[in-house]
Amino acid sequence: MLKTFRIGGIHPKENKLSAGKSIESIPIPSEVIVPLAQHIGAPCQPVVKRGDPVKVGTLLGKSVGFVSANIHSPVSGKVKKIDKAYDSSGYKRDCVFINVENDEWDESIDTTAALVRDCSLTSKEIIDKIFAAGIVGMGGATFPTHVKLTPPPGTKAEVLIINGVECEPYLTADHTLMMEKTEEILVGIEILMKAVNVNRAVIGIENNKRDAIDKFKQFAKSYPTIEVQSLKVQYPQGGEKQLIDAVLRRQVPSGALPISVGAVVQNVGTAFAVYEAVQKNKPLVERVVTVTGKHVANPCNVLSRIGVPLTDLIDYAGGLPETTGKVVSGGPMMGKAIARIDIPVTKGTSGVLIIPTLEARRKLMKDCIKCGKCVNICPMGLNPTTLMTLTEYEVWEKAEKEKITDCIECGSCSYTCPSDRPLLDYIRLGKGKVMGIMRARKN
Amino acid sequence: MNMMLMAVGILGAIGAGGATILYFIGQKFKVYEDPRIEPVQEALPGVNCGGCGFPGCNSFAIACVEAESLEELNCPVGGADTMASVASILGKTATKAAKKIAVVRCNGTCEHRPRKNEYDGATNCAIAAQLYGGDSDCSFGCYGLGDCEAVCPFDAIHVNPVTLIPEVDEEKCTACNKCVVACPKNIIELRKQGPKSRRIFVSCMNQDKGGEARKACDVACIGCGKCEKVCPFEAITIADNLAYIDDDKCRLCRKCVPVCPTNSIWELNFPPPRKKEPKVESADVEA
Amino acid sequence: MENKLVVSPSPHVHSGDTIAKNMYGVLIALVPAFLVSLYVFGLNALILTVASVLFCVITEYVIQRYMLKRIPTIADGSAIITGILLAFNVPSNLPLWILAIGAIAAIGIGKMSFGGLGNNIFNPALLGRVFLLISFPTQMTSWPLPSTMAPVDGATAATVLENMKYNPEALSSVSDMFFGLESGSIGEMSAMALLLGLIYMLWKRIITWHIPVSILVTVGLFTASIYLFDPSPANNPLIHLLSGGLLLGAIFMATDYATSPLSKNGMLIYGVGIGVVTVCIRLWGAYPEGVSFAILLMNALTPLINMYVKPKRFGEVVKNV
Repeated sequence: MLKTFRIGGIHPKENKLSAGKSIESIPIPSEVIVPLAQHIGAPCQPVVKRGDPVKVGTLLGKSVGFVSANIHSPVSGKVKKIDKAYDSSGYKRDCVFINVENDEWDESIDTTAALVRDCSLTSKEIIDKIFAAGIVGMGGATFPTHVKLTPPPGTKAEVLIINGVECEPYLTADHTLMMEKTEEILVGIEILMKAVNVNRAVIGIENNKRDAIDKFKQFAKSYPTIEVQSLKVQYPQGGEKQLIDAVLRRQVPSGALPISVGAVVQNVGTAFAVYEAVQKNKPLVERVVTVTGKHVANPCNVLSRIGVPLTDLIDYAGGLPETTGKVVSGGPMMGKAIARIDIPVTKGTSGVLIIPTLEARRKLMKDCIKCGKCVNICPMGLNPTTLMTLTEYEVWEKAEKEKITDCIECGSCSYTCPSDRPLLDYIRLGKGKVMGIMRARKN
Repeated sequence: MNMMLMAVGILGAIGAGGATILYFIGQKFKVYEDPRIEPVQEALPGVNCGGCGFPGCNSFAIACVEAESLEELNCPVGGADTMASVASILGKTATKAAKKIAVVRCNGTCEHRPRKNEYDGATNCAIAAQLYGGDSDCSFGCYGLGDCEAVCPFDAIHVNPVTLIPEVDEEKCTACNKCVVACPKNIIELRKQGPKSRRIFVSCMNQDKGGEARKACDVACIGCGKCEKVCPFEAITIADNLAYIDDDKCRLCRKCVPVCPTNSIWELNFPPPRKKEPKVESADVEA
Repeated sequence: MENKLVVSPSPHVHSGDTIAKNMYGVLIALVPAFLVSLYVFGLNALILTVASVLFCVITEYVIQRYMLKRIPTIADGSAIITGILLAFNVPSNLPLWILAIGAIAAIGIGKMSFGGLGNNIFNPALLGRVFLLISFPTQMTSWPLPSTMAPVDGATAATVLENMKYNPEALSSVSDMFFGLESGSIGEMSAMALLLGLIYMLWKRIITWHIPVSILVTVGLFTASIYLFDPSPANNPLIHLLSGGLLLGAIFMATDYATSPLSKNGMLIYGVGIGVVTVCIRLWGAYPEGVSFAILLMNALTPLINMYVKPKRFGEVVKNV
């Protein structure tokens, strides 16, 4: 029996159209737009102004506060302006516009491909370097990595879990990265282990990526502290709490952090970014993005600089199909539908999914038939249909008691509902409201 | 006969015993309530809308009884009449608050503001607001999904199915503030209803730069400042590319209305503009 | 761009599951039992079933279209199921006009008065059946012998459970009951056919095992423990399991989505409750058969169960290694 998490779960059609395609770099456009808010937490303070020359790796925005991450220039050229522009949030926010000239990299960055295995830095130095490089969780949540690596006082990490699950249908960015940068990821994991001071790491990979499991098992022989764990395919295994349950058989209590069961979880993409930041001095200026969709001419995995408009990525994959109904930034389960395709790639853009018109619209919502399917598949053991009703009628105290704040917004409930009810829409709204009420009570 | 007497006796005894127990319990758990609360509550409209800032009419009545003066307290639904009767019950004086009314500050109808995408989530503005700025290029405008309509206890605001912009029913609106709170874009504002329901306001919330705002919507305020210059009472201020008319200072002279290049300043319930043909008498109707 | 992009919150894919899919799945699961009833009761079963479905569908259509002024949702198949289940719960010689009253009660009172599919508290078919049982006790309890067994057409006989209660010597054999050769309602004939339906629904994941299994296990264990003390044939657990509407009820009626609890733990409690009440009515109650009442009773308790029995929450119950 393969391991998996123990409550709920679904198995959506995988549709990994771009699996097995190698990473291709896409050309840099003449102008990039770098949003100053690419992470969870406070947006950056810009440190450049109009007309400033920048190189790849020049600091554009300085992080303010602890939960925040630096932003570096992904291209070389001149700052055109700092202005508001639409990004994947759906609103206009501050962005740095850069006119691209050449492709000059900052001198401190090692741009060679050679593997640097040894790292003699201390835990503190590693975390500082990660902070300086502006690394955030690459799985899509974009939580600043240095925060995760700094456990709150009184807690001690035992295991580092690396998330190679990629449970979202369609997406293959992590899979491709694991196939092509296996050793770099392993070195990155070693560095992360040093940073959180543990001597055991487990990479969780779902069983639909046999080639990646085999490759990691083969290479991990020379990294004795790193285990490879193959997992049964089940959504949402990439959720932090679900992955810990699947790998360690430990469940993080409601409202607690993974560290409470001794685990720190990082994505494989983050491990690779950490390798580049620590060993190569390279800040987070590019990432792998899956461009896919049923009617896309050439579904592919591209290496794109931050700030490149999604239009360029879509053009690279063969252009926007005529049947396009919806464009999603991220995967189909948790990704965000976008209203315009000229928004830039950010640190959290794991994929661009183009959904044909026929599948773009939801079906008409019907009355709840109380089949209980959402209750039985909820990976957090919640009662989605009740939570939706409580939100509709704004019964916040009861919603709080029903643990609406535990929801991980995986979308399994809406996915399953035979009455096509927008369960997650309402639960997400209620979760936000209840969290606000709880925060207000604390203060 | 004996049986009957016994039955009467037993039942009577049980009744008397129960009454005694109830009396003592009633005494012990008696809660003192100011006798004035009840008449005050009766004078209130009793819709429990919460427009006064209290959870319901009862809490508001208690607050009125306990308060030193009625200055800060106002029942927006009942208005001056209700407050006057409350004041007479309590022997206090009521301050006259100007009657207010909800005003929708967006005129981005389908005609004025082309829709660029199609929203397909749950019909709820708050949910749409979590997702994105809206189905046009203006991220400040109305979603038209009717959160205000759903929350209105008086059936006074309705989204027009053609324009997709909510419209306030002046007869029914009591300025209870519920729609103001419900609107995730802060489009609805309570403003003075004005004499004869005449009022002037900027029907736009767009804070983008003029060009962008104009591109997104024909009737957007572009923050040009013409109205600010023409206003003789300094009632108009411009902040974040958006004009705002202070209804405390505005004297309804309407000078700002014709200068607005995008027609984003609205005048409501004024008589139609007269043609400038014969200059017979002074046009100043309102005093 | 010519066509506007659609924007909606996640998730952007759907399982494709629909109400109709589930309902038609149940219909397919009912086919074996229907075939057996055709074999046993002949044309009568067909006429009653078709009539019952028609009555139910027409009632629902009329109420939705003309009284509620909504778009009728008869296509989702739920009224058809109600119709079939109602027919399955009546004797094969029931006059059609009584059946029509039952259908109107089932859909009108049992379902639409609560707001339609999903909002009803009681299983509509059962409500219709009990309505008829109380209103027309004679017609509802004269069971014609199956045409395959009857010496002359129109002969009637007692059901197994009636025999059990009043005449234990005349009990049918267990294998007859398994294959459906005793008298009774249209749909409750063959245990084998009903179990086939169960297997199909489990395979298609229309229902989970919790409700039927907990009912059957409870009835089995309860009667077995009584049988140990008093081994009369009236207490034989096998006969209890195979007789009457127990299987029909446990597989098709108790599992009705709208009237059964949401969580798995709740379903188990609900199933055990149905089992206990059924056996109590059968052994000590006034009626020979108690499944309908047991299910209706537990239907009434379902909101309470939903309120107090929560699903197993992540991080709350499961032990950590």
